[in-house]
Amino acid sequence: MGELLRVEDLRTYFYTEAGVVKAVDGVSFTVNEGEPLGLVGESGSGKTVTVLSAMGIVARPGRIVTGKIFFRGQELTHNSESEMRKIRGKKIGYVSQDPNSSLDPLFTIGNQLVEVIRTHFQVSKDEGWERGIKLLKLVEIPEAETRMRSFPHELSGGMRQRIAIARALAGEPELLVADEPTTNLDVTIQAQVLELLKTLGKDLQMSLVLITHDMGLIAEMTERVIVLYAGKVAEEATTRQVFQTPKHPYTSALLASVPRLDRKATLVPIGGGIPNLITPPSGCRFNPRCAYAKQICVDQVPPLEDIGDRRTVACHRWKELDLRRSA
Amino acid sequence: MPEPLLEVNDLVKYFPVYSRGILTRKKVGDVHAIDKISFKVGKGETVGLVGESGCGKTTTGKVVLELESKDSGTVLFEGKDVHETLKNANRAEKLALRRSMQMVFQNPYGSLDPRMTVFDIISEPFIIHKHLPHSEWKERVYSLLKTVGLEEYHAERYPHEFSGGQRQRISIARALATEPKFIVADEPVSSLDVSIRAQILNLLEDLQVKTGISFLYISHDLSSVRQVSQHVAVMYLGRIFEYAPVDDLFNKPLNPYTIALLSAVPIPDPERHTQRIILPGDVPSPVNPPSGCRFHPRCPYAADICKTDDPPLRELGTGHLVACHFAEKFA
Repeated sequence: MGELLRVEDLRTYFYTEAGVVKAVDGVSFTVNEGEPLGLVGESGSGKTVTVLSAMGIVARPGRIVTGKIFFRGQELTHNSESEMRKIRGKKIGYVSQDPNSSLDPLFTIGNQLVEVIRTHFQVSKDEGWERGIKLLKLVEIPEAETRMRSFPHELSGGMRQRIAIARALAGEPELLVADEPTTNLDVTIQAQVLELLKTLGKDLQMSLVLITHDMGLIAEMTERVIVLYAGKVAEEATTRQVFQTPKHPYTSALLASVPRLDRKATLVPIGGGIPNLITPPSGCRFNPRCAYAKQICVDQVPPLEDIGDRRTVACHRWKELDLRRSA
Repeated sequence: MPEPLLEVNDLVKYFPVYSRGILTRKKVGDVHAIDKISFKVGKGETVGLVGESGCGKTTTGKVVLELESKDSGTVLFEGKDVHETLKNANRAEKLALRRSMQMVFQNPYGSLDPRMTVFDIISEPFIIHKHLPHSEWKERVYSLLKTVGLEEYHAERYPHEFSGGQRQRISIARALATEPKFIVADEPVSSLDVSIRAQILNLLEDLQVKTGISFLYISHDLSSVRQVSQHVAVMYLGRIFEYAPVDDLFNKPLNPYTIALLSAVPIPDPERHTQRIILPGDVPSPVNPPSGCRFHPRCPYAADICKTDDPPLRELGTGHLVACHFAEKFA
């Protein structure tokens, strides 16, 4: 399994009037070929900013302060904007959370697809149109020819999200980043989109990075997980390991706080709220909410330790804690 | 089932749709928001109302509280007709009824007045209902804050100083201020972060244990419905498709729509991969709902009878109501 995308010590800060928001503060991870990876965390944990940084589209007042980003071993960090354009959309496709705002309401679906196709491939307008139809068929849009002439407002939310996926696939990317792709969709429509992402990943041999706060999606869609908390990696492991033997108290707390469909269990909420990232808590950022916090957790930032078995965890006490789920 | 507190019978609410124009404007149809629904909420129990967007869940909550007027059908609260009481009874009786039924809204950012302090927000019901002497207001506000897990000093603050979860606690405190017997909670956790949701769900359960209050818990999130409810009603396009005790509904669903809905929810356990039923297409428009069974265009088991005959809600097993011609097949 080759390495596709590698991010090293990424720090993206937002310079706001209220102060510097350290949205992503030293995040490193690797996306391997064909391995669906999940980025999980609450809002404000830095999931989206991490991937936007990797693609070089952080909007002001945000800035990548440090960090190296490699795509197939080639460093992107110092690329010019025009070089990045060749990678963005072509090598890495991006599907955002809200299909209502990611599609332009003034242009037809066909227009928006052909634009992307012709940016990345030198083809005639007619051929671009034909490819557009093929893309719509790929994402299982009925009456693709007619839909090419539709405007986004004429379509339902689920259809719009399929079209956003089709557009992300237009450059035939090697990596698809899906940022909360089903959060705005109804349950039965969510099922349709998830199934589509699964089959596309297999058929096109594409890597997937799935950003979500839903542990259910993680369990179902990914093989590896990175748990983010307040701009830092709390834990990285295979999906199975994360669910069976979480090593970071935040991961296990997150699992214990979600209601489950298959049984009624006592919910253990995580007290408090997500910290303010202008003045994050000292030491481990999770310490004010952590049930196992000790003095060392307030005094020292826990390093991200390699604990073998391709796992990493950032917790002072991981060795002594037994966080296995009482299932 | 415990003694019913709220009884809803054949409730109907349509919203008219008009054509464009000023003088030529005319009615062109109706949104069938809720179409002949019946259910009961027992004393001290929570009934979960689930369904996808546009199925009429929120409208049901509002019509039950008579925040929207109904078109036909009846809502009985403690055996008394809500609509009649609010229309014809004297002021004291009206206020007493209003006091006993309250609502918690989905969005704690929109439902709290940003210019009022928490004290003003929670004590506003006292001004309206005059059920508490002024000298006791302070004490009551403090005890309500405590009930929902906030502190006394929070009373002097404004909503913007609180996080989403705390704001939802304030909304709950306000709803509790009139000492209601029944609260409609409309998606109370869906705008909150995952780790915060459990706090609010646990709070609702604790309140019920302590005060014996009843809830109509409206949500699209099946997992949270399972967590808090004793009975569950599944809605689709303005109709109740299935109504059953919570474990029956989740373990032995009898309506193909419920079955598909349950199979579609991802379970946070990588070892458990359920066979997912993918429904084709989208939820049809409630302006012109499909003939016969409203689910037939998407139903994998639809037969000819489903296109023509609307299945009634019938009892199949104790307290398990289902609207499907072929429900026996799934038993």
